[in-house]
Amino acid sequence: MSTEKTSTPTEGHAVANPEAAAAAVTVVDPRLLVREQGFAGYWNEFKRKMKAGDLGSLPVVVGLLIIWAIFTSLNPNFLTAGNFSDMSVAMVGTGMIAVGIVFVLLLGEIDLSVGSVSGVAGAAFAVMSVTHGMNEVLALVLAILTGTVAGAIHGFIFARIGVPAFAVTLAGLLFWQGFMLQILGDNGTINLDSEGLVVKLTSYYFSDVAAAYGLALVATVGYFLVAFFDNRRREAAGVPSRPLNEIIVRTVLLAVLAFAVAIVFNQYKGLPLAVVIFLAFLVLTDFVLRRTAYGRKVFALGGSVEASRRAGINVEMVRISVFAIAGTFAAIGGLFVASKIASANQGAGTGEFLMNVIAAAVIGGTSLFGGRGRTWDALLGVMVIISITYGLALEGIASPVQYMITGGVLLATVVIDAVTRKTQKTAGRA
Amino acid sequence: MVHVSATPVLALRGVSKRFGAVQALTDVELEVHAGEVVALVGDNGAGKSTLVKTIAGVHPIDEGSIEWEGRPVQIGKPHDAQNLGIATVYQDLALCDNIDVVGNLYLGREIRRRGVLDEVEMERRSRELLDTLSIRIPSVRIPIASLSGGQRQVVAIARSMLGEPKLVILDEPTAALGVEQTAQVLDLVERLRERGHAVILISHNMADVKAVADKVAVLRLGRNNGVFEVKSTSQEEIISAITGATDNAVTRRAARTNGEIKK
Repeated sequence: MSTEKTSTPTEGHAVANPEAAAAAVTVVDPRLLVREQGFAGYWNEFKRKMKAGDLGSLPVVVGLLIIWAIFTSLNPNFLTAGNFSDMSVAMVGTGMIAVGIVFVLLLGEIDLSVGSVSGVAGAAFAVMSVTHGMNEVLALVLAILTGTVAGAIHGFIFARIGVPAFAVTLAGLLFWQGFMLQILGDNGTINLDSEGLVVKLTSYYFSDVAAAYGLALVATVGYFLVAFFDNRRREAAGVPSRPLNEIIVRTVLLAVLAFAVAIVFNQYKGLPLAVVIFLAFLVLTDFVLRRTAYGRKVFALGGSVEASRRAGINVEMVRISVFAIAGTFAAIGGLFVASKIASANQGAGTGEFLMNVIAAAVIGGTSLFGGRGRTWDALLGVMVIISITYGLALEGIASPVQYMITGGVLLATVVIDAVTRKTQKTAGRA
Repeated sequence: MVHVSATPVLALRGVSKRFGAVQALTDVELEVHAGEVVALVGDNGAGKSTLVKTIAGVHPIDEGSIEWEGRPVQIGKPHDAQNLGIATVYQDLALCDNIDVVGNLYLGREIRRRGVLDEVEMERRSRELLDTLSIRIPSVRIPIASLSGGQRQVVAIARSMLGEPKLVILDEPTAALGVEQTAQVLDLVERLRERGHAVILISHNMADVKAVADKVAVLRLGRNNGVFEVKSTSQEEIISAITGATDNAVTRRAARTNGEIKK
């Protein structure tokens, strides 16, 4: 009862006394945003969090808005519906792989092989479906499984044999790149069927305006219902819950955002299939990480391996599975990359691509030190990366400058990460 | 002293343990009753940790026998000890800094509802558990990193209570704690005794031992060096038993017969 809660003396008796339990609803939990009634409560809580270095996604969101403001002022074409829609589709490949990287970073490890594995998946699909005429769905599944197996192999060598993940995946980076070049053969490039399944992944748009609005509506209503019923259970159990008006405010904010995006998509070609798939995977992985025992194990391993082991967690299995997940998402991302250029070529997954993926996860706010991060970070981070790439391309600025700017943004992000960690330590919230 | 049962919850009879050429434990006897706090003291290398690890199932014993509630049992691995109802809180706590109190309490034994973590139920039970142990922490939803050393220690002890153990082993719970925090932990140890748990407390701090323990079992060079009733023993006597100033056949015999009469 030492900090912040001195004004809420009912808390200690919340369970023993049913009346107090009802009163406990007004007891505010520090992880919740509202600490006092009304707007002043929000503001005070916000100031408290800023002081404690609990910045959350704020730096990325502010950074993204600044980037958009700069590029829009340089070139009004930047913030058009067409450009926004193109960026949204282009970011899915990198973003998918970044989701896998978030899993690995949560363990406090790194996977350098995801770029090469993504290239292998694209090449494997092309070879199986185009060269050998295999059924597209089967080839798609097999290509994704290739990534899963590659990741599981890295995970096995790391977890069982104890080779550092950095070394294992560095070897993987080289091996899988060679493997990709080998299966692509002498031609080097295999064009995909422009009407085929994989190309459709990024070329298909739900042109009916109802699709985008419907998805926005489903997301908003779904968010509200989940939050509302979760809160009802909390109230019934006598544990601290959020005030209803906070849920409403959050829902309204989400609705504004979702419908704004839907309007932008509908001004161009409609809702892109790629974005729908990406969002579905983000919701799914976020659910797995935050709401399942498996996700809890991943976070626990990022916090303390020894504590996890003593708690009876099968450390090896979790490690292997996380690397398998990273491989799987690398393969899925690789298919989206191949889809965007409608071919599998020798350059896939090489060069700065890997660095962009890791940068996306880190810029989004996932800690490099393990145990802190969300898969939504991948979305925010990849939006920053893609915005810079597209903005500079619109300006006709060549890639050397592009690299330097992306490097600068990444440096700024890790500096913010390090500084906030320091502040959090002094505020006791690291 | 609270009522003590006739049959000890745990009894070690002539336990020996070797590591290669090192004889870590020789013919060690130890009895712990329900509702009793037994302090296990001894200098560094006296075999305290080894003894605790044999009870916790980390190191199986070489000779002798372990009796659990009067029945001889085999404790070959940590799982056996847990199944019997032995909970061990090691010195390095083993908590995850990045996870909140509820998450840490239920780590590895999460309550699920239709396959999904039941956060509400876990939070409700966590509050209940912390309330019954009169543990005061700012919130059950802040990460462990935000807690002080003493608060972490009580969380770690509370965590060991989730399985309703009959015997709780605390490995130096007050080492590196401040005055106030030490008092919190000692309060908690007393509450464990009141609730009828048997407690083995390893400590170097004689003040703590005098404050909460009912009996003090002294280990010296891997052997018993006397079991003392705390109330009737001076601190100097315990310390001389630890350091070996009284380590001769006469005092050993006296300590042994003294212990038997008290029973």
